[in-house]
Amino acid sequence: MGVEGIGARVVRKEDRRFITGQGRYVDDVKMVGMSYAHFIRSPHAHAKVKGINSTEAMKMPGVIAVLTGQQIVDDKVGNLICGWAITSKDGSPMKMGAWPAMAPETVRFVGQAVAVVIAETKNQAKDAAEAVVVDYEELPAAADIKAAIKPGAPQLHPEAPGNIVYDWHLGDEAAVKDAFSKAANVVTLDLTNNRLVPNAMEPRAAVAHYDQAEEHYTLYTTSQNPHVARLVLSAFYNIAPEHKLRVIAPDVGGGFGSKIYIYPEEMVALWASKKVGRPVKWTGDRSEAFLTDAHGRDHVSKAEMAFDKDNKILGLRVKTHANFGAYMSLFSSAVPTYLYATLLSGQYVIPAIYAEVIGVYTNTTPVDAYRGAGRPEASYLIERMMETAARQLKVDPAELRKKNFITTFPYQTPVIMAYDIGDFHASIDAAMKAIDYAGFPARKAKAKADGKLRGIGVSCYIEACGIAPSKAVGSLGAGVGLWESAEIRVNPVGTIEVLTGSHSHGQGHETTFCQIIAERLGVPISQVSIVHGDTDKVQFGMGTYGSRSLAVGGTAIVKAMEKVEAKAKKIAAHALEASESDIVIENGEFKVTGTDKSIALPMVALAAYTAHNLPDGMEPGLKETAFYDPTNFTFPAGAYICELEVDPGTGKTSFVNFVAADDFGRLINPMIVEGQVHGGLAQGIGQALLEGAVYDDTGQLVTASFMDYTMPRADDLPSFQLSHTTTLCPGNPLGVKGCGEAGAIGASAAVINAITDAIGNNKLEMPATPDRVWHAIHG
Amino acid sequence: MSTVKLTVNGKAVSVDVEDRTLLVHLLRENLNLTGTHVGCDTSQCGACVVHVDGRAVKSCTMLAGQAAGSNVTTIEGLAKGDELHPMQAAFRDNHGLQCGYCTPGMIMSAVDIVHRHGGKLDEETVRHELEGNICRCTGYHNIVKAVLDAASRMKVAQAAE
Repeated sequence: MGVEGIGARVVRKEDRRFITGQGRYVDDVKMVGMSYAHFIRSPHAHAKVKGINSTEAMKMPGVIAVLTGQQIVDDKVGNLICGWAITSKDGSPMKMGAWPAMAPETVRFVGQAVAVVIAETKNQAKDAAEAVVVDYEELPAAADIKAAIKPGAPQLHPEAPGNIVYDWHLGDEAAVKDAFSKAANVVTLDLTNNRLVPNAMEPRAAVAHYDQAEEHYTLYTTSQNPHVARLVLSAFYNIAPEHKLRVIAPDVGGGFGSKIYIYPEEMVALWASKKVGRPVKWTGDRSEAFLTDAHGRDHVSKAEMAFDKDNKILGLRVKTHANFGAYMSLFSSAVPTYLYATLLSGQYVIPAIYAEVIGVYTNTTPVDAYRGAGRPEASYLIERMMETAARQLKVDPAELRKKNFITTFPYQTPVIMAYDIGDFHASIDAAMKAIDYAGFPARKAKAKADGKLRGIGVSCYIEACGIAPSKAVGSLGAGVGLWESAEIRVNPVGTIEVLTGSHSHGQGHETTFCQIIAERLGVPISQVSIVHGDTDKVQFGMGTYGSRSLAVGGTAIVKAMEKVEAKAKKIAAHALEASESDIVIENGEFKVTGTDKSIALPMVALAAYTAHNLPDGMEPGLKETAFYDPTNFTFPAGAYICELEVDPGTGKTSFVNFVAADDFGRLINPMIVEGQVHGGLAQGIGQALLEGAVYDDTGQLVTASFMDYTMPRADDLPSFQLSHTTTLCPGNPLGVKGCGEAGAIGASAAVINAITDAIGNNKLEMPATPDRVWHAIHG
Repeated sequence: MSTVKLTVNGKAVSVDVEDRTLLVHLLRENLNLTGTHVGCDTSQCGACVVHVDGRAVKSCTMLAGQAAGSNVTTIEGLAKGDELHPMQAAFRDNHGLQCGYCTPGMIMSAVDIVHRHGGKLDEETVRHELEGNICRCTGYHNIVKAVLDAASRMKVAQAAE
């Protein structure tokens, strides 16, 4: 390991611009002649749009246009799409209603746009929006799963009778039935996985420009995957062909999944920029983010687990209702199916699993992938089940887990996934040691003497990252391949540009990817640039989500680098009059093994570009590209243990300790990895204790601001104690697995298991607010 | 419209703004100081914190006109040329930022926290004092470390002066 190579805690290259206020986010972009968009949104959860009168608004100062949903339909702009086709258990395709960018006829959630005002200034657009009169005819709304599936419920889309999108299943129902018939004990559990609002700190924004001379569009947008945005805007929304559309995602202030999707506002900004002949900027405010960014989670599940007399698991049966909101967002259909049920084996040998998932429309904001996406829901279910089972079977929860751990790899689960490698005993042992698990009873007794209820909770998660082998996801209904691309340009002076299809919105790619180059080519990271987020610069990319940037995007970089090295070796061998097979690369020098002859990388690069003395037939230049498609998912796993105290008088929870032992395979930059875990843990703990989107019966979002939705703040969280165990991923040359989502996947079960342990009552839903905890204690 | 005269990062400026303009919008839209961010619409997130006459202020809670005659420092004015403020350096060295969006407000608040507590800070106090700044990326762990680190750097720097 060099000082800047793989495994080094290198401070981030990108930080200087952020700490000095020089970051460039979408709302910082200004264009000559720029106008401003403000959307008019439905105040009703379900209503007919009878008419829109903009006469008075058009007379107001600075107003350029008021554009409506009907106009976007008339211009044949396509409806929003869902990119993953799921087939119900009866063989029928999923049933979806149309989602127009602005509603021409019917609104189905509070906040859905019906029109947009374009004006000279943002305030003028807002003022004029007040003067637009929309005539709504209110319809009854179904605000949650229960209300949507009961007989006589309001129907959202004629295409989806009973508001059911699909009724899907996975696994072997007969084998599970057989397992339960042989069970010595059966443990049952009803769970709600609460709806969350992603709340990246930067609200979504778009700046769109149409160049009439070139018939070419440019869109600056807050995107995790600008190439996918261009593809969808082009192929499905008919905005412009791909070669006439440039999408730029500059610095992006967090994503967590919510910036994967191509939303109505970005589409409308592009469409409107041509319509009004001016650049159009839209910057969402936080209230719009709450109402329109895709929410996460929102499952209601019933689970049953069968055990034999030795407490070995025989089978698992799960029935889940998943709330999709009012429309099917881009990857929504995959989240409660192939990203959820496929992880229901957890870290355990479970011979038979059967899962049913019913996807439901409701009059709420659309739901899609949010940090973890399906895997937190699976992990929460399994890990609460293991804890519940341990209490029912009167055995130690850690011991019950250990008894049932998978210990041989590769391991084929009954639910598609084939785990390639892992060591679950190593991670739970590390976590138990870190928290002094053995000493807990004494600490609990001491806390009791002080009037506090102390609890400890374990959570052993596994997830599937590095999404994903294209062939595999294609066979399961995905509309896209999930490879990644990279290009490496060694310039004539030996500096290097790496163009990647991954996108950093906080992950630190500008540092981590440089470290991979530094390790292999011996180039200081100051001489390497990472280029990303611009469809005019980067050849293509599938973007960043599902903890895939390093395992997939990083491997694409390695593959391109191998090609660069191969060509550079040929050039070096030619220059040094040696055999190519005798050339080795050490610290940026191409050496003839066993001699003192060498040539530095910049000289090789210069030779490649002067082309005065290249091997016969070799093309000049030193630039290579690679597309990498993974052969399997990666499987990060780990153990989290939370120790906390509950004040029985107030129901308030206080952390004593939170330990995490993760196995992410090889770490490129441990400092960045730790930061990813911290952030994930905060979101998992936020879900467990603080966060929850609440709708009233009429479909109004009651928690639509930071005044009402409890974001984790510094004094809500503990400092974390992290450690790592390592099994190298055999599926990629770096041996890496992915670390972006682990914390959010594993943390919530550890917290709830600890609270229920403390209070001696297993009936507790998230978020476990003091009010809920107090009632769980006192009835 | 009104003309507002104030000093921003050491420079006297005079700006014509609508009376309803907030200080944050004067900074971002009129002066192009886009390091100060807007993360919410309820004065909760703290992404817009700047210093007004040496005190940390959420610049979305103040009309531009109220800042007339004031001395405003934004994140762009914190470093001395190429030399980072100890708080900026501590955020970088402790990995106290990820996406960078909350960072300017976080740093400006943190400088004020250290000033007010005279370098006598512990983790609990830092966490309590950061209540008005929301970060979605870091889980605050490394932000807290950075503030404590900067507090000792600032103490050393003060002693050296």
